[in-house]
Amino acid sequence: MLRHYTGTRIKSSRYGAIANVVERDDIRPENKPMSVSLTSSKLIYDALKDCDIRLLSALPETWLVHLIRLADEDPDTILVRLAKEEEGVGISAGAHFAGVKSAMLMQNHGFLASINGIVSFAHLYKIPLLMLISYRGSFGERDPWQTQGGNVTEPVLRALRIPYFFLDGIETVKKRIRDAQTLAESSLQPVGILLTRDLMWEE
Amino acid sequence: MLRLDCLRSVYSELEDYLVVTIMGAVSAELQSLGHRPNFFYLLHAMGLASSTGLGLALCLPNQRVIVFDGDGSLLMNLGSLSTMARYRPKNLTHVVFDNESLLSVGGFPTATSTGTDLEGIARSAGIPRVVTVRDVENFRSEVCGAPQRNELTTIVAKVAATGPSGYVTDLSVLENRFQFQRYVQSSKRIRIE
Repeated sequence: MLRHYTGTRIKSSRYGAIANVVERDDIRPENKPMSVSLTSSKLIYDALKDCDIRLLSALPETWLVHLIRLADEDPDTILVRLAKEEEGVGISAGAHFAGVKSAMLMQNHGFLASINGIVSFAHLYKIPLLMLISYRGSFGERDPWQTQGGNVTEPVLRALRIPYFFLDGIETVKKRIRDAQTLAESSLQPVGILLTRDLMWEE
Repeated sequence: MLRLDCLRSVYSELEDYLVVTIMGAVSAELQSLGHRPNFFYLLHAMGLASSTGLGLALCLPNQRVIVFDGDGSLLMNLGSLSTMARYRPKNLTHVVFDNESLLSVGGFPTATSTGTDLEGIARSAGIPRVVTVRDVENFRSEVCGAPQRNELTTIVAKVAATGPSGYVTDLSVLENRFQFQRYVQSSKRIRIE
């Protein structure tokens, strides 16, 4: 359940660890820093704004640091930092009742930790949820602790009959987020957007 | 102290609130007093009633919101206290009916029966005002005083582990959900105009 920041060059600020977060550079062959893509994060954030998303719930993990910072710095966005991702289901439901569009930012392990809320609230009560899920533990993953979650993310999404799509290139970010939001609103159900390594991580 | 008496003592005040309840006895007893369109009953997803109230309160800062939580539900989502305390919406009142029991599944004792102190946990989480009440008069006084105090408050109400004989009512979850949403959004429109 812990979302680890590892490595030696984590910068701290009032937002916590942000920017140029280094992931396990001790075992990287050339000891070359890798970082979360600011360009992609901005594209995703702008796409959410274009969908009139006004509330974001989030629990930090490495790939989400820029997105969370962008939300924190935006006076028009309500950012709710969670203790556990499942809270975000209730918060998004409250926002939906209030007529406020929302999205959840979480790691796939956070999605796994939210399943009862998704089933017993979002599905039972037909609540639209736009879930942006960082897809850790897939091809290219260096952190051993992420790998089991990577194996089961898609099977669990399918078992829950949650429609999902990947964000894997900057060209399609805006359209796919808009399409996901459209389906969430029309079907009144959770939809998943899997943020992939190709999009979120820059070598 | 009976939960039903607590609910009855503030029922007329609830007209001005968005009300979110947990499942089981709390939902059934509030409905037994008379359902209203501003009442939302979360009949599953234990722990998320307080999160729902937080979402409502943050999105509608001019609207008073009250959550009727329970010890069993809150113990499933203690982190919610820290999240509520972090944003501390002034318009949110969080009532926890603590009967030291998971009543609706057969009355199994919760950890509050062996000393876990929800008031202490809520206070240490950073909730600005936390009180424990043991009689209906103090319960009513705390709930009715909330709008004037205007700060995030958790009220731990120690109640007897008794409830109605059944928990299913003739209000379907979806009917309740859409009626509540329609109420929230129509009341919002009225306020803005």
